[in-house]
Amino acid sequence: MIERIAQLVNADPAIVRWGRHMNETFMVEVGETQYLVTVAAGRIEKVERGPFVMRSWRFAIRASAEHWEKFWRDPPPPGWHDLFALLRRGEVAFEGDQRVLMAHLLYLKLALASLRKR
Amino acid sequence: MKIEPITGRYAHIELEGREHRVYFEEAGEGIPLLCLHTAGSDGRQYRAVLNDAEIARRYRVIAFDMPWHGKSSPPAGWEEEDYRLTTGRYTGMIMSVARSLGLERPVVMGCSIGGRIVLDLALSHARELRALIGLQSGAFVERYYDPAWLDHPEVHGGRACGAVAYGLMSPLSPRHEVWETVWHYMQGGPGVFTGDLHFYQVEGDVRQRIGEIDTSLCPLYLLTGEYDYSASPRDTQAVVDRVKGAKLTIMKGLGHFPMSENPEAFLGYLRPVLREIHG
Repeated sequence: MIERIAQLVNADPAIVRWGRHMNETFMVEVGETQYLVTVAAGRIEKVERGPFVMRSWRFAIRASAEHWEKFWRDPPPPGWHDLFALLRRGEVAFEGDQRVLMAHLLYLKLALASLRKR
Repeated sequence: MKIEPITGRYAHIELEGREHRVYFEEAGEGIPLLCLHTAGSDGRQYRAVLNDAEIARRYRVIAFDMPWHGKSSPPAGWEEEDYRLTTGRYTGMIMSVARSLGLERPVVMGCSIGGRIVLDLALSHARELRALIGLQSGAFVERYYDPAWLDHPEVHGGRACGAVAYGLMSPLSPRHEVWETVWHYMQGGPGVFTGDLHFYQVEGDVRQRIGEIDTSLCPLYLLTGEYDYSASPRDTQAVVDRVKGAKLTIMKGLGHFPMSENPEAFLGYLRPVLREIHG
């Protein structure tokens, strides 16, 4: 499912503009499956599926497949509608460089939520 | 051209022995209804309540910007100190504003940190108040993220505070009202949201005291949006379970900023409460 994020974000200038200053690779973990997402000036350049050998990333956002599935419903149920909603439940983990994650938080929230579009 | 029936003025009020220039807006005539905005935002959140013709017929609605917020200034010398909200400071400020503006037994309505402080007002000032309305009230929220990032030279505070506020709203709320609410957060001064969260997430824990609230002295209405995860319906229910006579309404499809993120839906819940208080 997450592979669609490049097409969805890149087609939406309202999301891309919030990531204009982001040039990073970050990890999204959906259960056991790892993805590396590379962003260049707000556009998603590539989404790679793991497993990876000795790859670097700036930060990782990890949650179970079941919890991402709830987050990606349209509309999401109450308490599952935002990255920080999952954080308060203890159902998502942020690892790595928290500063970069927080600097681009609005973009990341919008980009990940774009997967709710059918 | 449309001009809203809201008047904005500045009051000079002494708080904790220091002169403060406090901005407030008001509309309507009748029972004073003093409105408290959320952490890191300002009184614009109550724009729809201030503009509501039905409410204005029976209530004098007043929304002030807390010092450091919106159009209210920090006190002289602010550049030498960290802003930090505490229970005593917050309650003292609300009662001083009410006294300074000559409000007689006002209704006080607050959201989030304002929804928390109405619980303290219910304990400490019940006889001076006509009724209390808590929006998104909870007795305490444990820290689940580090607010230090909201006031950091390498993170844009406006963007980060806006991002935190954005997620607390409902995905069903009208997009233009959601982004209006985000904008208020993006305009906050450095360290102000974080300073308010000191009260919300560290100092302002009323869990041990809420059992002593006597709603026969001052009625307590609690309205909570179902999409809020900071003060969730479960958190408000936990208050109601311990406060005899507190009246709970769960607001379908609303989030943490009901009056600002979806004004029309919120007014549908608020008007009956205000009718009941008016009698």
